Amino acid sequence: MRALPVGDGALLVEVASGEEAQALHAELVRRRAEGSLTVREIVPAARTVLLDGLDDPARLASELAASEVPPAPPRARDAIELPVRYDGPDLAEVAAHWGVPEQEVARIHAATEFTVAFCGFAPGFGYLTGLPPRYDVPRRATPRTAVPAGSVALAGPYTGVYPRSSPGGWQLIGTTDAVLWDHARVPAALLSPGTRVRFVPVESPGGPVSAA
Amino acid sequence: MTDRALSVVRAGALTTVQDLGRPGHAHLGVPRSGALDGPAAALVNRLVGNRPEAAVLETTLNGCAVRPRSTVTVAVAGAPCPVRVDGRPAAWGAPVRVPAGALLDVGAAVSGVRGYVAVSGGIAVEPVLGSRSTDLLSGLGPAPLTDGSVLPLGSPDGLHAPVDVGPQPAPPAELVLRVTPGPRHDWFTPEAVRTLTSRTYRVSPMSNRIGLRTEGPALERALSGELPSEGMVLGAVQVPPDGRPVVFLADHPTTGGYPVIAVVRTADLPAAAQAVPGTPVRFMAVHRR
Repeated sequence: MRALPVGDGALLVEVASGEEAQALHAELVRRRAEGSLTVREIVPAARTVLLDGLDDPARLASELAASEVPPAPPRARDAIELPVRYDGPDLAEVAAHWGVPEQEVARIHAATEFTVAFCGFAPGFGYLTGLPPRYDVPRRATPRTAVPAGSVALAGPYTGVYPRSSPGGWQLIGTTDAVLWDHARVPAALLSPGTRVRFVPVESPGGPVSAA
Repeated sequence: MTDRALSVVRAGALTTVQDLGRPGHAHLGVPRSGALDGPAAALVNRLVGNRPEAAVLETTLNGCAVRPRSTVTVAVAGAPCPVRVDGRPAAWGAPVRVPAGALLDVGAAVSGVRGYVAVSGGIAVEPVLGSRSTDLLSGLGPAPLTDGSVLPLGSPDGLHAPVDVGPQPAPPAELVLRVTPGPRHDWFTPEAVRTLTSRTYRVSPMSNRIGLRTEGPALERALSGELPSEGMVLGAVQVPPDGRPVVFLADHPTTGGYPVIAVVRTADLPAAAQAVPGTPVRFMAVHRR
């Protein structure tokens, strides 16, 4: 674990893997809840956790440098289930990358339990991990200018769901009607770091069941 | 609609509602947002007797014009500009009474970029995650003002304004931004780090509430490849592939994949909000406190 100073009031804690970042994030959130850590923002990402708004970052940095990455926290809550139609325009391209028939993309994806590793890009956009590394896919060479809200998409090791229409370069494999972000709802974000997620295939209107 | 409201007669180039922003939600991908020149926004609120968290208007370069439906006290500060009430010159940087139905015209900035307009009672649009700020990156909060729109006003607190004038720094002729190195200065050549802190950049006209873009010598990377996404702070000096540093302002993305070579001291960011395109920028290396 390496704690890099960021300006005068923040630390970027770097760990070896996404799993370690998730474990560290959970531990830091627990410490803030119990009152032993005072910090404005705890922002997990691919292999780091940012702590912003610290009174004494140097003291916390030396404390973290002397400690081990905590073990992964127990899985407390049930997974959130997102209904999905595997009808995305990039399904064939993803199938080609994976070296499987198109229907297999849906089956493999729906059989995976995901975890929200971190959020970013837009309010409520989660970077979900869970697929084995052999299913990594590149971003599209040319991003789309408008990806519809609810698009279920893949890029690198991640699955994501677009909370609203926006430009995007991820490979689109499906669509969900779930509302990922609603600022009038509490909580506004359906997915937050650490949330477990399952995609549940539903029948496309007028089409066959998209996955067994 | 009650008479506690403002009609927008001239929205200006870009006028938004701003308050202290919505910090604390970065882990959900929500930018902090809020007034870019925080001290100026705080001053106009003090001048009209509002609480510090009251929402104000933030104008860009050419001001705006509004017509209150009831008599209000307003104050205009930030970028210096002419202020008129029904065509008559009024004070800038001081409380001004605007009668019901009169036209408050906040003119084009004489210097600086962003003007702040407080109205007694504050702008009372519906808050989102505890803030009324317009966030131009993610679209949270009210849309930028448009001609003909109507903004609700809150009830004045009845606080006596504690000040009737306040000192304000002039917009910078040269923007000096103190920086501490890192967290990713090791992704750049030692020469690039020296270039950043010894050469002069200029404020790019592409700057906005998300970032202050600069023009000047490109910073060369020592490491190629992609940095995995990581959390970003206010004031981060991010270097995209073109090598020109971008200073993250209030509406910055919460995570990013371009390396951050240095971080600007928060106290220097209000001046960055007032630096017009073309202003020389110097990044001055300082020791971490």
